[in-house]
Amino acid sequence: MAENKVLVVGGGFSGLTAAVEAAETGSDVIIVEKNPYLGGRVTQLNKYFWKMCPPNCGLETQYKRIKNNGQVTIMTMAEVEKITGSEGNFEVTIKTQPRFVNEKCTGCNKCAEACPEERSNDFDFGMSKTKAAYLPHNQAFPLQYVIDGKACKGSSCAKCAAACAYGAIDLNMKPETKTVKVGAVVMATGWNPYDATKMDNLSFGKVKNVITNMMMERIAAPNGPTAGKIVRPSDGKEVKNIAFVQCAGSRDENHLAHCSYICCLASLKQASYVREMYPDSKVKIFYIDIRTPGLYENRFYAKIKEDQNVSFLKGKVAKIEQGENGDVKVTAEDIHGGGKITETFEMVVLATGMQPTAQSLAGAGVKVTEDGFVDQATLPKGIYATGTLKTPVDVARSAQDATGVVMKSIQSLRRK
Amino acid sequence: MEKKYGVYICKGCGIKEAMDVEKVAGAAKKLQNYKFHDALCSPEGVQMMKNEITNDGVNTIVIAACSPRAKAAEFTFPGVLTERVNIREFVAWTMEPNTDATNDAAYDYLNMGIVKVQKSELPEPNILPDLDSTILVIGGGIAGMTAALSAAGAGSKVVLVEKDAQLGGLVNKLYKKIPTGSYINKPLIVDTDINKTVSEVESNPNIKVYKSTTIAKTDGQPGLYNVTLSNGETMKIGAIVMATGWKPYDANKLDYLGYGKFKNVVTNMELEEIARKNNGKLLRPSDGKPAMKVAFIQCAGQRDPNHLSYCSSMCCATSLKQAQYVRQNEDALAMIFYKDIRTPGRTELYYKEAQNNPGVMLTKADVTGVSEAADGNMFVEMENTLFGTKTGEKVKVEADLVVLAAGMVPTTLGPQAYADGLTAAAGGGDEAKKNYLEQTPKPDYILNLGYRQGPEIPTLEGAAGFADSNFICFQYETRRTGIYAAGSVHQPMNMAEAQEDAAGAAFKAIQAIDHASRGVAVHPRAWDVTYPDPMLIKCTACKRCTEECPFGAIDEDEKGIPKYNLNRCRRCGTCMGACPERIVSFKDYSVDIVGSMLKSVEYSDDEDKPTIICLVCENDSYPALDTAAIAGKKIDPAFRFISMRCLGGMNLVWVADALSKGADGMLLLGCKYGENYQCHFVKGSELANTRFSKVSETLNRLQLESERVQLMQVAINEYDKLPDMLNEFATRIREIGPNPFRTM
Repeated sequence: MAENKVLVVGGGFSGLTAAVEAAETGSDVIIVEKNPYLGGRVTQLNKYFWKMCPPNCGLETQYKRIKNNGQVTIMTMAEVEKITGSEGNFEVTIKTQPRFVNEKCTGCNKCAEACPEERSNDFDFGMSKTKAAYLPHNQAFPLQYVIDGKACKGSSCAKCAAACAYGAIDLNMKPETKTVKVGAVVMATGWNPYDATKMDNLSFGKVKNVITNMMMERIAAPNGPTAGKIVRPSDGKEVKNIAFVQCAGSRDENHLAHCSYICCLASLKQASYVREMYPDSKVKIFYIDIRTPGLYENRFYAKIKEDQNVSFLKGKVAKIEQGENGDVKVTAEDIHGGGKITETFEMVVLATGMQPTAQSLAGAGVKVTEDGFVDQATLPKGIYATGTLKTPVDVARSAQDATGVVMKSIQSLRRK
Repeated sequence: MEKKYGVYICKGCGIKEAMDVEKVAGAAKKLQNYKFHDALCSPEGVQMMKNEITNDGVNTIVIAACSPRAKAAEFTFPGVLTERVNIREFVAWTMEPNTDATNDAAYDYLNMGIVKVQKSELPEPNILPDLDSTILVIGGGIAGMTAALSAAGAGSKVVLVEKDAQLGGLVNKLYKKIPTGSYINKPLIVDTDINKTVSEVESNPNIKVYKSTTIAKTDGQPGLYNVTLSNGETMKIGAIVMATGWKPYDANKLDYLGYGKFKNVVTNMELEEIARKNNGKLLRPSDGKPAMKVAFIQCAGQRDPNHLSYCSSMCCATSLKQAQYVRQNEDALAMIFYKDIRTPGRTELYYKEAQNNPGVMLTKADVTGVSEAADGNMFVEMENTLFGTKTGEKVKVEADLVVLAAGMVPTTLGPQAYADGLTAAAGGGDEAKKNYLEQTPKPDYILNLGYRQGPEIPTLEGAAGFADSNFICFQYETRRTGIYAAGSVHQPMNMAEAQEDAAGAAFKAIQAIDHASRGVAVHPRAWDVTYPDPMLIKCTACKRCTEECPFGAIDEDEKGIPKYNLNRCRRCGTCMGACPERIVSFKDYSVDIVGSMLKSVEYSDDEDKPTIICLVCENDSYPALDTAAIAGKKIDPAFRFISMRCLGGMNLVWVADALSKGADGMLLLGCKYGENYQCHFVKGSELANTRFSKVSETLNRLQLESERVQLMQVAINEYDKLPDMLNEFATRIREIGPNPFRTM
């Protein structure tokens, strides 16, 4: 008898979609998520291109569906270690890191108030700090605090435990390993931003006020490090003259050979953040091709292009250097005009791409192709890859693909 | 069911520090059974409630604690009518502690919760009898066949209807396709294997195939469709996948690129046929000679407001593939002129292969026209190229075959254009409408729905005729429950994407039937067993519900009396809000329930303590309020928030109810208008606003200022601005002064 249970690895938008859709059709579902919260990469986004609507709207709906459905088990801070068995009867080993806060947590914030230690906030890419006892963000699901084991002084301090009226703090929590039985597995571990320090010539980390596109999302978000005000990191100056460097790592055989799909649209979106916030601002986008395929996306590009204060230059950026007063000097080839140009900006955003996470699943028996992604044809029956594991896609296409993958999972459950 | 009540008040999370809980509990005294707990969500607190449910027969409970968005698992009791009262986020965390206003607010919230359960009934699903679970797939192309095989593979019976004499659709016309997955060390063009898929479909015992057949009529609702085919056959169907695909853009409109003028200007689809017929050889239409210099003009009629404003997504990769056809003759040259090469994702590596091919020349160019050269050749005229020319300088390139990368037009465009034309004509009067109906040829309908709101899935203004609902997160959130578009009729996409999409659509079709069989709604209220139960005996046949239902769920009989099709309904309550007779009710959501709640508020006599009733969309505004509380924002204690499934359910009588009872103001918080934000119930807050525009009449009758009543659009991420918006509104209400009805 096959297990009527689906394991979803990764609780980002693809994983959430797969989980909710399967659960609403009568399957039990386990979500294994490595972060202390669900929602993945999109929780960090301020708005979605091209509609400019807030990602938390869709996430809220997914969470509500999970809460009302009751058939989804959520394992946060957890990763899959091993998968054995075959379609209909997999045995999966899952390792969970200690959260130091149990389900009794009410989200009242007393632990964070009492906590004397601080940590760099990875949710904001280090641009802000939280207490060692913290809520990952203000619309986090589950609404449950977490204690950073590295920043916490442990039982020698225990001020949080004393402040918690609900017995929710357990500083002695240890990593746990458990085994579950499922009929099908959906792999939806998504992507990481490509490490911008790897591109020497773009000077990320060396020149002030050079940031990545994901950092820009946090800066523009109301729950970000600047409460949504777009200012530059070095001195808090309002950014009125900004450049976007497309294909920062993507379409480059020395870095990511693929096109990361989302970065053109993301930069167009971020250009409109700046243009809306500062009517007298200027934006320049350095690109190879503007890739906005699809029904609505191209019109979004056309609309941004109409703005006289947004200019486009076809050409690859060769060099980024520090200018005066925290400004940034960009040198690029000008493919149309010929030769090179150098211009100075107040801030530069690197449109860094998607580093697939397929490699991290090698332990779970997932074969990774030469280009870093997963081909469904190489996976064992009953294990399905979805979303950006297969190829870079946006949220809409992730949602589409994840629904298709549920179809296949349901077939796996019903086949035996 | 005789109700036995239990009221449970949590004192944790700052609640007891912020208010006088004994005073607040005064609201529960009428029900006798009320209890406090220091942490109601703790195992002990939950056990206390469980004990009363199991041992004392308590079956109707009110939990005054945190937001219903928190602690869902702890506070779910199957078979128990449960109301969550949010005194943590709405009171303790956002109001000044221990003021009279704070205590009053908490009291009112608890009171409203109690009134709600008193007026509600435990919902039970309404499962319609004789449901059928057969999936109808319309369209036998690659998307339709994939949908059919997917559903059949999960055990469903499938009926596949194809209008042509054979299955396979446009893929039949292709010479080769692009492989999927990795392109490294793989052939760059492979067989489509469409015949293999066709025979898989035709030999599948779960799939019944009708060829040369269309849909003459679709009546009914999910689980209960009655479908009539063009051959007269009728059948029962559970849900529908619409996979009717696309047509190439009419190349006759591309005469500026030489189409129709020069024999050797062909479209990308025509090139496929040439290659297929000649076993891969690209022979020129004019003289049958092998083409040696083939020019591809990208975006032929696309990204062009005069033709197609969108990008068809697949044409860049298609031209790169066709360049490989050209290069099968190693002396031949392929030249691709593009605006941008769009090969997202791993397709970039496919592009790289073409870049590395010495016989493929690629340049960005603005093609301005095609003119005649000698020997049946053409000049492609262009500017702004990468040939090292100056901006604006014109260049001519000679080619012996020109291929136009023309785009996709969805098969839904015809019916939509016809419907749009009819609406426009109707605006010009009856005569104009009559002329339109007489003179305009009927389009090729796909579904032929017998719905009051029209024969097809309505498409959005921005969707250019594609059957897409324009949700980023919810790709299958259809405007017609139980009918899911798949493939290139849904959005422009390539073959591999269409197959994924088809699997997703087939799944949603199976799910819709599953939900109907359990009597629950589908997304976004996929857990909801309640349903609208109109008291039709009081109906005046005003047709507002049938017109305003966002999903076309309500038909009409010959007298204009609404006929509810429950399995089409998404439980938003728009019909409840629309009804002037107030006869549409759900078991736990009705005009009377909400009206009684807002009438139960104890409107103060004190001039300085205004009360504002605030109806809140539960999807965006409610979470925004919670988030503001978590972020530590303060909100004026004048507000009493009442959660709505959608503002489309707002009934105007509530304005009169609230103001005549003594509310000083009324505020509606709903989601943003328009296609680009998108209400899950299409346009709830816009509908509420339209209704509101009629409210000044009521206010005038009551001799009240119209500024007392307002609607604000709030997105879920505007929690940072929301408290200021609310507090400003409260200040304005204070300036206007108390409602004169309060002291009467």
